[in-house]
Amino acid sequence: MLPIVWGKEPKLEFFFQYLVAGITYGTIYAIVAIGFNIIYNATGIINFAQGEFVMLGGMTAVTLNQFLPLPLAILGAVVITMIVGAVIEIVFIRWLHKPSVLRMVIITIGISILIRETALHIWGESVRALPYFTGSSTSSINLGGVYISSQILWVVGVGALAVAALSGFFNLTMLGRQMRACSANRDAARLCGIDAGNMVTLSFVLSAAIGAIGGAVVCPITYVQYDSGTPLAIKGFTVAILGGLGNSTAAVGAGMILGILESFSIWVLPTAYKEAISIAILLLILFVKPSGLFGSAEAARLKEF
Amino acid sequence: MLRIKNLESGYGRLKVLKKVTMHIGAGEIVTIIGANGAGKTSLLRTISGLIRARSGEILFDLQEIGALPPEKIVFLGCSMVPEGRQVFAPMTVRENILLGAYPQYRKRRGDAVRDDFERIYGIFPRLKERERQLAGTLSGGEQQMLAIARALMARPKLIMMDEPSMGLAPLIIKDIFAIVTRLREEGNTVLLVEQNAKAALGIADRGYVLETGRIIMEGTAEDLLSNREVQRAYLGRDLDAEGRM
Ligand SMILES: Nc1ncnc2c1ncn2[C@@H]1O[C@H](COP(=O)(O)OP(=O)(O)O)[C@@H](O)[C@H]1O
Ligand SMILES: [Mg+2]
Repeated sequence: MLPIVWGKEPKLEFFFQYLVAGITYGTIYAIVAIGFNIIYNATGIINFAQGEFVMLGGMTAVTLNQFLPLPLAILGAVVITMIVGAVIEIVFIRWLHKPSVLRMVIITIGISILIRETALHIWGESVRALPYFTGSSTSSINLGGVYISSQILWVVGVGALAVAALSGFFNLTMLGRQMRACSANRDAARLCGIDAGNMVTLSFVLSAAIGAIGGAVVCPITYVQYDSGTPLAIKGFTVAILGGLGNSTAAVGAGMILGILESFSIWVLPTAYKEAISIAILLLILFVKPSGLFGSAEAARLKEF
Repeated sequence: MLRIKNLESGYGRLKVLKKVTMHIGAGEIVTIIGANGAGKTSLLRTISGLIRARSGEILFDLQEIGALPPEKIVFLGCSMVPEGRQVFAPMTVRENILLGAYPQYRKRRGDAVRDDFERIYGIFPRLKERERQLAGTLSGGEQQMLAIARALMARPKLIMMDEPSMGLAPLIIKDIFAIVTRLREEGNTVLLVEQNAKAALGIADRGYVLETGRIIMEGTAEDLLSNREVQRAYLGRDLDAEGRM
């Protein structure tokens, strides 16, 4: 079914514009999904407050930017969100002894409501945004006939960097390996002298960090409000499931799929349906292939070993 | 080296270990034999800190460790090779071994770790060949070797092994026991838990017999091997099992 809006002469630029928009949103979804995965791998918990980390990153950066230069404001926002992540783990999660999944779902949803209400109290309902990092909201860059705003390059670039940095951290550093060891086999990790409790705190700190970075780079485009974390959490969760829970490489691919599907859906569906796509995908994948698009029986077997 | 007195522990309301008293001297191989469900694994998990002791004392190098978490106990020099190997399946063989050296890194002995790699690969050349392979793809015997290698990287004063021969082919079991003997020759102290009583007593200096959470007998390996009670209850059954293999 070809999009009707293309008219008689399909315009290639339009195609690219939609593609670029899709990739931009896909990057953000992937970042949120990776945040889910980091905590899931360390604890088996789905942290439904993940979207709130993104919101906090954006909101705090906007506030700090009133009296700090932009890079410092973003750095400060990331650090503050990391501290929030650590506090959440230490106050709400750490003392729980082998909690049930349902209990964890209720607790993390509770945390997300708590953060949202606190944000409402601090910032009110107003919608805010950081300025574009370079150029302005009206200027754009010409990439082979396609005009894209410079902030999109920032989103995709910073997203790619964050993913690469995380991957390096998990695969090349002792600390990253310790975290992977804890998620592979907690008791065996403790028998190697690894403090599993600290690794869980670290997972909250890391996923708060990546969420906040995402929130800061994307808010010039999407704006940010006290409750903008929730829809992102749903999208990010869809992407995490689509890629296979815990698999961050696949989350990047899945993020692109959802972002691009949403973006092109405007051609064939009324705009109102755009939001329904992720829910539809989520339900479909949960029914058809709960291990995720890229989840293989082999990987699942290895994980359970 | 290790001195346990009236140790009791269990899971929830279930009390598994009852008044266990035993000791291990430096340089010894001590074995604990007992039927399935006797509490051997629970005993090792209690010593290593994975299960909290309820009462009694565990002295390691004269220090009370009964209330310490496992990560602290490893740092003191008491390592365990857990039952069922428990390697980090989605990580490479080399990463598994490296993680075993974590206490050495914390003690800032990074250079020593490189020598330790050489030493470990000397004992287990198979692991060097498979350095880059994921641990989950190794055979059972190779995984057991990896689990031992990982524990050795911490340079433990005492290494506890929980049924290292479980589920392995006879030839590989021979290799594993040869390695345990070699470890002792290099000055290590070993606490070996086995259902394969004959093989274990064959290499051990002393042994304890555990039955439903109590030590019912102890003595030198020769004494236990020639004890009629032990022969009937543990060695007889063992021979049957070997016959079936
Ligand atoms: N995680 C556990 N929870 C509750 N009971 C357990 C657990 N592990 C072992 N047990 C019980 O403790 C007893 C001793 O088990 P274990 O220490 O594994 O014996 P062994 O290693 O000698 O076979 C058994 O009765 C077993 O059912
Ligand atoms: Mg056992």
